[in-house]
Amino acid sequence: MKKLVAILLALVLVVSLAACAKPAATTDTPAAEAPASGNPVVKIGIYEPASGDNGAGGKQETLGIEYAHSVSPTVEINGTTYDVELVKVDNESSNDKAASAASTLVSAGVSVVLGSYGSGVSIAASPSFEAAGIPAIGITCTNPQVTEGNTHYFRICFLDPFQGTVLANYAYSTLGMKTAYCLSKLGDDYSGGLVNYFVKAFEALGGTCVQDTFPDGNSDFTSYINNAKNSGAEVFFSPVSTEAAQLIIDQAESQALGMPILAGDTWDSNVILQAAKGKTVDVTVTTFYPEGANAEFDAGFKAWVNADATQLANNGGDDTVAAVTAMGYDAYFFALEAMKKAASIDPAAIMEALWSTTYEGVSGPIALDQVNGDAIRNTAYVKHANNETGAWDALPPVTIG
Amino acid sequence: MKQKSKAELWIAFAAIALIYVAVTVLEQTVDSNHIIFTVLKKGAIYSLVAVSMNLLNGFTGLFSLGQAGFMLIGAYTYSIFTMPTEVKLTESVYKYYEAAIKFDTGIFVGLICAGLAAALFAALIGLPVLRLKSDYLAIATIGFAEIIRAIFQWDVLGPVTNGANVMRNYLDLTDVKIPFTDIAFPPTLYVFLASGVCIGLIVLLINSSYGRAFKAIRDDEVAAEAMGINLFKHKEMSFIISSFFAGVSGALLAMYQYTVQAAQFKSAMTYEILLIVVIGGIGSVSGSLIASFLYIAASEWWLRGLDMGKFLGIEAPNLFRSGFRRFVFSIIIMMIVLFFSKGLMGDKEISFAGLVRRFNKRAKTAKGGGIDG
Amino acid sequence: MLDFLHANLSYFLSGISVGGQYALIAIGYTMVYGILRLINFAHGDVFMVAGLMMVYLSTALPVTIAIPLVLIMTVVLGFVIERAAYKPLRTAPRMSVMISAIGISYLLQNAALYFTGGLAKVYPAIPWLSQSVTIWGSTTKMVTIVTPILTIVLVVLLTLLIKYTKVGMAMRAVSKDFETSRLMGIRINSVISVTFVIGSFLAAVGSILYFTNYASVTPISGGMPGLKCFVAAVFGGIGSIPGAVIGAFIIGIAENIIKGGTSIFGFGGSGWTTFSDAFTFALLIIILVVKPTGLFGEKATDKA
Repeated sequence: MKKLVAILLALVLVVSLAACAKPAATTDTPAAEAPASGNPVVKIGIYEPASGDNGAGGKQETLGIEYAHSVSPTVEINGTTYDVELVKVDNESSNDKAASAASTLVSAGVSVVLGSYGSGVSIAASPSFEAAGIPAIGITCTNPQVTEGNTHYFRICFLDPFQGTVLANYAYSTLGMKTAYCLSKLGDDYSGGLVNYFVKAFEALGGTCVQDTFPDGNSDFTSYINNAKNSGAEVFFSPVSTEAAQLIIDQAESQALGMPILAGDTWDSNVILQAAKGKTVDVTVTTFYPEGANAEFDAGFKAWVNADATQLANNGGDDTVAAVTAMGYDAYFFALEAMKKAASIDPAAIMEALWSTTYEGVSGPIALDQVNGDAIRNTAYVKHANNETGAWDALPPVTIG
Repeated sequence: MKQKSKAELWIAFAAIALIYVAVTVLEQTVDSNHIIFTVLKKGAIYSLVAVSMNLLNGFTGLFSLGQAGFMLIGAYTYSIFTMPTEVKLTESVYKYYEAAIKFDTGIFVGLICAGLAAALFAALIGLPVLRLKSDYLAIATIGFAEIIRAIFQWDVLGPVTNGANVMRNYLDLTDVKIPFTDIAFPPTLYVFLASGVCIGLIVLLINSSYGRAFKAIRDDEVAAEAMGINLFKHKEMSFIISSFFAGVSGALLAMYQYTVQAAQFKSAMTYEILLIVVIGGIGSVSGSLIASFLYIAASEWWLRGLDMGKFLGIEAPNLFRSGFRRFVFSIIIMMIVLFFSKGLMGDKEISFAGLVRRFNKRAKTAKGGGIDG
Repeated sequence: MLDFLHANLSYFLSGISVGGQYALIAIGYTMVYGILRLINFAHGDVFMVAGLMMVYLSTALPVTIAIPLVLIMTVVLGFVIERAAYKPLRTAPRMSVMISAIGISYLLQNAALYFTGGLAKVYPAIPWLSQSVTIWGSTTKMVTIVTPILTIVLVVLLTLLIKYTKVGMAMRAVSKDFETSRLMGIRINSVISVTFVIGSFLAAVGSILYFTNYASVTPISGGMPGLKCFVAAVFGGIGSIPGAVIGAFIIGIAENIIKGGTSIFGFGGSGWTTFSDAFTFALLIIILVVKPTGLFGEKATDKA
């Protein structure tokens, strides 16, 4: 018996060692793989989480890119038609996996990188892309530090100082709340940053904030919910990952939180809708795109996602159009637009061209400012979770400036 | 222990020199974005921490699982010391705090300080912990590593550690210069040199009279004490030295990664290093080296395809999806643990005696190892 | 005092509830350690896998069938792990067995990562247990009240089993002296298997209670609770079942008090929550240094 297993193990080892040859060959010569069409290939890296805290959101954003790829699998650059190949890598929502995930993309020879969902992993991978001279386009990472002070990271969504202000205005002026309880995850750039900007804006309006943080891997939120109740807060602001959000909603229900919950773009996910359905919690979020804003895109995406069980599962089990999906779709075409403008698939040329690229996306027009390469956006959409239908109800969008 | 023959030593030196030449040549000829450099750099860093863990677990018989904590101290000390003052004064890293440490040092000083800081902590922790035995020691060191992680994330220390937020913009591998010039030092070679020097020091220590005392403690504490070996002194010494090098490797990891965050250094990281040591063979330096590179190459390179939908040319996106690599990997590791518990090398080292024998006919016995702890 | 208790009742309730769940896991650690002198690092992950089984089973089966099925499957899992990963190493050094345990833990986590696709799975709401109730002005889930009661009932049953049955006597004999009890004709392997079966059963019960409270299961859900429960077992005195239970309650309550620190005691700063996990380990180190045998531990020769 033992011998048999030993032989089996030896086989497994041999197979895995032999494996080195094949992937090595593909990474050595990226262009050598001739596709069926005979066209040259341009590679776009997808740097997104597929597991971990932000796995659900990362998958939806990736779906948007993949749907865009299915709509337009080729691009014409300078008169030559290129086949676009997507190279996906999972950054596991973890900052320490960022460097090795990024180097996988770099060594695969991608021309441009899209992603990531979650600001922390984008910040952590940024130097790797910079060292390799590859431009990256942030899709929904809203923390200013992603693009600040560098010339290779761009972004097509709004930023946290804006989003925080919108949320603070909504809480203070629209809801009329004077005290807010803010909960962020320890060491998470996204929630920490957004809470910081929310607090600044909310206090400038005359409100007061109570801040709290929870450590990584925490699943017991009852004490935080009790803290919120005891602090005299009227609104619960918690722009954390969807994974924590499920638990917060569930425990807010059982502990009778009794105040509205506000959150940022991460909570715009059907994970939240499924968690809030049939409960009494009151969830409001700000986001990039409301379902129904572009009927053609919505219908196309729904048909595409329903056609494949894996895709449907990756979208959270139903065909809700998440804002991050729309953003992923726009990011793909924005990248193609930049390649056309650069008239080259050379990363350096694309990086140069990105500064002046414009594109009319489903989430609105995209143009970048000339300081950090951030999208010039001044509208955030507000959504409220409907506890009965399990869908989003659109509230009036907010425009500032 | 028998004296190694001169010829054998020369061959060992030649082999090491050959590795360095190969790395240098590789770095000058192959595209610097190739995945091989990720493997080499990370492999060298993990080699160092694996050897430092082996010094404790394999050579002194202390089952300590605090490696991640000491790496954290090293990584943070390095990043705090080498972050340029002008970066500290702006908001770009210390966004929510005002940086308290307003000076910066060079890379070399940073690396040494990283080691010293880890060693200092080890000295303090060692006092209570080293009196415990086997699994109690293991669980206490895990506990200390977790406490260290919590302290570094504490917002009261934010002006020093930037709270729980990412540290970045310190001097990394791309900032290494050839001394007295402005030419960039080849990064992979640099990591190899730094790790190589440290591992060399550990090997010298193991072969010194202190090293023999460590092994005596591992093999039989009572006998060692009867022979006049001061148990606590030697245990503490091994613990401090091991932690020093864990700290240096943490600093190197920070250099390699460009950014570093306390949340990374969980006990899972220690387990990973422990598994490398086990694969290589507990009590074998060369085993740890080989295992580190194999482990990193497999997880970063060879088995990546298992996660990305395509492996060995077989395309099966539903089978080869995210997480499959780690699943397969853990099965392989379990097999090694169960059926090859001696690892690749057992407690032996790569022996050049066999090679020597071909050249001069005198038979040499391979270097003897201790009894498995 | 009563006012203080009333105002902060919800923290204590959460603490007692999570303490009870920790207690059920901690018993598994303490029993295995008592007999094999092995820290079963995989125990926390068995707890997590039990949670995942429930998630998958409940999609196809009604809860009344799913619960017993989860209990049985977890018990089988615990039994298989012992036979596959620990039994072959019975004569090997203790370090090897512990490494094997770490390997199994790694394997279970990665298997869970692969099969769940890395996403958090929502734990099914178990009718009645998931209901909200209000006691003395604090709202909580029914499971919060059920947990301590159920924990105590199970512990009493277990103590009776160990005291009065034949297998219980064999267990005590093996944990006192492994070699001698083998000589006396006790079938060591079956005693060890029974230990793992009981430990896994309690972990499965604990997982149902725990995940009903915190309704999402991830591959790393078992890691932290696992370590904490081991600390609870050490704190109470390894090998001692009442010790493990008391240790677990202390850790559960203390960590909730730390999380609520700002509100309970009014000390400033939100950074204290960082220490809600670290506190457990500080407790561990203090007890190891001051009284290595734990609160109720028997004197043993090879601990410190």
